[in-house]
Amino acid sequence: MLLAFCQWVSTTAVGQAINMSSWAFAVIESVHLLGLAVIGGAVLMLDLRLLGLGLRDQPIARIARDAQPWLTGSLIVMLFTGVLLFSSEPIKCYNSTPFRVKMSSLVLAMIFAFTVRRKVALAGDGQVPVVWLKIVAIVSLVLWLGVGASGRWIGFSA
Amino acid sequence: MSLLPFVQWLADTSGSVALRESLYVYPLVESVHVLTLCVFLGMAVMFDLRLLGITLTTVPTSQLKKRLGPWITGGFIVMMTTGVLLLYANPMRSYQSLWFRMKMVALALAGVNAFVFHRTIDQRIAEWDEDPVPPSAARFAGARSLVLWTIVVVAGRMIAYNWFDCDRQPQPGIVNTLAGCVVLSAGAR
Repeated sequence: MLLAFCQWVSTTAVGQAINMSSWAFAVIESVHLLGLAVIGGAVLMLDLRLLGLGLRDQPIARIARDAQPWLTGSLIVMLFTGVLLFSSEPIKCYNSTPFRVKMSSLVLAMIFAFTVRRKVALAGDGQVPVVWLKIVAIVSLVLWLGVGASGRWIGFSA
Repeated sequence: MSLLPFVQWLADTSGSVALRESLYVYPLVESVHVLTLCVFLGMAVMFDLRLLGITLTTVPTSQLKKRLGPWITGGFIVMMTTGVLLLYANPMRSYQSLWFRMKMVALALAGVNAFVFHRTIDQRIAEWDEDPVPPSAARFAGARSLVLWTIVVVAGRMIAYNWFDCDRQPQPGIVNTLAGCVVLSAGAR
């Protein structure tokens, strides 16, 4: 079923247009990379704070609220450019183990970011034991690092 | 005076060849270079956005400098180390790459911008530390930084593409000049 979906994607106009152009893929990839810097900043700022590092003079909830629009915004850019990149090589992605690892980590990282991590961060200082704050931060960092590292690896294992 | 002979010599050193041809070390160095972007540029972008007065506006700018500074510096050191290793692995290709040259120029300008910011408006940070929107000199420094780092990232990514490579002739004269291509004259060809 996944294969049928990927085969269908490879026939869509968007994917074919990207493949026809000599620079479209490179440009989309660049935007994807710029999004990485922003999402990295948004994720790290809060996770570092949860670990008691970074902006540690500030309440956790404030950092969480300030980081939220950058996380959501950059995630939208990442997903949009990511879908475009995928549409230009769906069969390669289908056969790529790193791509599958990336998608699995991505789903987990997003669910975690918008549920547990968000709740814990907005709960207010002192509401959640420090050790749990740290565990949440480490889980978040590991999941997002998994997304980034496996994402980079898609390009190596062609 | 040209750096070309030195670059050619560097490319033939055993370390350069070993790194270039390594199965795992090279991709690993490259991955660290890309992923450290999150630490270095991610934190630097947050600082620039604070200078622009569009995030963390209730946090004094000096606090961001103090708390995020070490992460920016640490990230930068990793970026430079891995970047130099990548350059060491591909001396010729980098040296004669239009994109690599553009990246280095933007990188140098970003450095100048940071230095000037530090020497001017940053010296009077006490006067505007808690302003939600910092003075225009600080905002412009933040905006210039964002533009320059964007060029660094995009040009860096483009190094991998061969549109303007010297071994893909004919190229427009301007490309050959800017990329430092050594092109045989029409007669010699």
